[in-house]
Amino acid sequence: MNVIRLSESQDEGFKSHVRKESGQDLARCYQCGNCTAGCPFTFAYDIPVSQIMRLVQAGQKEQVLTCRSIWLCASCQSCTTRCPNKIDVAHVMDTLRHMARREGHDTEFAVKAFVDSFLESVEKNGRAFEMGLMVRYALKTGRFWTGADLAPKLVPRGKLSPVPHKVKNPGAIAAIFERYRQECGK
Amino acid sequence: MTGKIRYAYYPGCSGQGTSVEYDTSTRAVCAALDIELVDIPDWNCCGSSPAHTVDHHLSAALSCRNLAQAAQVEGARGVITPCPSCLSNLKTSARRMADPDFAARVNKLLDKPLRHIPPVKSVLQALFEDVGPDALYPRVFKRLEGLKLAPYYGCIMNRPPQIMEFDDHEHPVAMDRLLEAVGATALPFPLKVECCGASYGVARQDIVERLSGRLLDAAAACGADAFVTACPLCQMNLDLRQDQINAANKTGHRIPVFYYTQLLGLALGLDPKALGLDKLAVSPRDVLAAVGVRA
Ligand code: SF4
Ligand code: SF4
Repeated sequence: MNVIRLSESQDEGFKSHVRKESGQDLARCYQCGNCTAGCPFTFAYDIPVSQIMRLVQAGQKEQVLTCRSIWLCASCQSCTTRCPNKIDVAHVMDTLRHMARREGHDTEFAVKAFVDSFLESVEKNGRAFEMGLMVRYALKTGRFWTGADLAPKLVPRGKLSPVPHKVKNPGAIAAIFERYRQECGK
Repeated sequence: MTGKIRYAYYPGCSGQGTSVEYDTSTRAVCAALDIELVDIPDWNCCGSSPAHTVDHHLSAALSCRNLAQAAQVEGARGVITPCPSCLSNLKTSARRMADPDFAARVNKLLDKPLRHIPPVKSVLQALFEDVGPDALYPRVFKRLEGLKLAPYYGCIMNRPPQIMEFDDHEHPVAMDRLLEAVGATALPFPLKVECCGASYGVARQDIVERLSGRLLDAAAACGADAFVTACPLCQMNLDLRQDQINAANKTGHRIPVFYYTQLLGLALGLDPKALGLDKLAVSPRDVLAAVGVRA
């Protein structure tokens, strides 16, 4: 663990921003560690979730927004369910990921590429199109064989459609994305 | 149970692809138990996890369009969906819309503002509450006697409890009770609500191999003949990726992973085609033959 000089890198604006955007009172966290104890992703995290809560309390913006953990959180809701102070910890993790994205971080590039591919597919078809999403993902990451070993199990069972199942009016969904970019995406 | 109950049905995208057998078996079981499902007209993707990891307003707008479309289904008691991820998005979005500032921003993204928010439940909750284990018992055509199951609910079917409002968030039992009612044995599976690795199978396969690997080990340690799940993503990780997991962890599991609706359907004597047992990657034939069911 790195040594952090709390007073030097303290960012008050960051603290209040996370509080406001997540609606969670982070000051209530007394570092019991319950969230980390139940988090199935701790083994893959660079910073355990309870330490992320502490770093947010201490206004350590850079460290939090550039960590890997916020990209790997699966929103399994174990932390939120078990926090004795009723902090919606998973909501805080989501909020931090939103902020990291807006600031242009992509510490787990493949995860971000998967998310982007998924949403592009929804924007285009109105529904998630698994095959198309994998093609987009391969193009973004250059990982052309990801999941290729699964295709022989999917194709003969009719589980991998080569054409998208679209909504009748894909324009209606694309319009939601377009308004989102104008209203919220700034 | 009195007469037919009608719901607006949200199938979810995976029901048209990798979890097609969950969709068809859900429809068959509901029809057999007098629950009428009317597909939400022109439903769209709820955005699954990717949308809420990008922005909560976008995620809510995608879910709320479905809730608005569901209002067109006359006489429906509410919306039901088989998929816990869809369920979580619909319920979480519905809850957040109670905040006027949040609702105002989401409504700006929609063609027209959402007026009425219908109640949302999982298909599991509807089967448990509207039909229930007791009513199931006399309908059984073939008891699944001797079939030892590891009931696996996944992480978000019941969590967080203040949003999901159904069953127990640490030890859910609804699926156990329904399966026991048709004669199967629901083992006390200790990892009922642990995460399988979610959608990281693509970007971080190592994570799924570790987390789903642990689930497979635990089911084997319990002496389970098979898993039974209620989640398309859990099912896919455990079943479709079982060979990948075995290779990574040097294990040799061969555990079929059923949807609970497939087993209920078998017990009710429904058309095997609708139940899609042939769609499972790990064949359940031997496990079923051992309890006298031909599949
Ligand atoms: S469970 Fe809650 S109080 Fe305990 S460390 Fe985590 S966030 Fe803080
Ligand atoms: S929601 Fe995220 S941080 Fe919380 S326990 Fe689950 S994976 Fe860990």
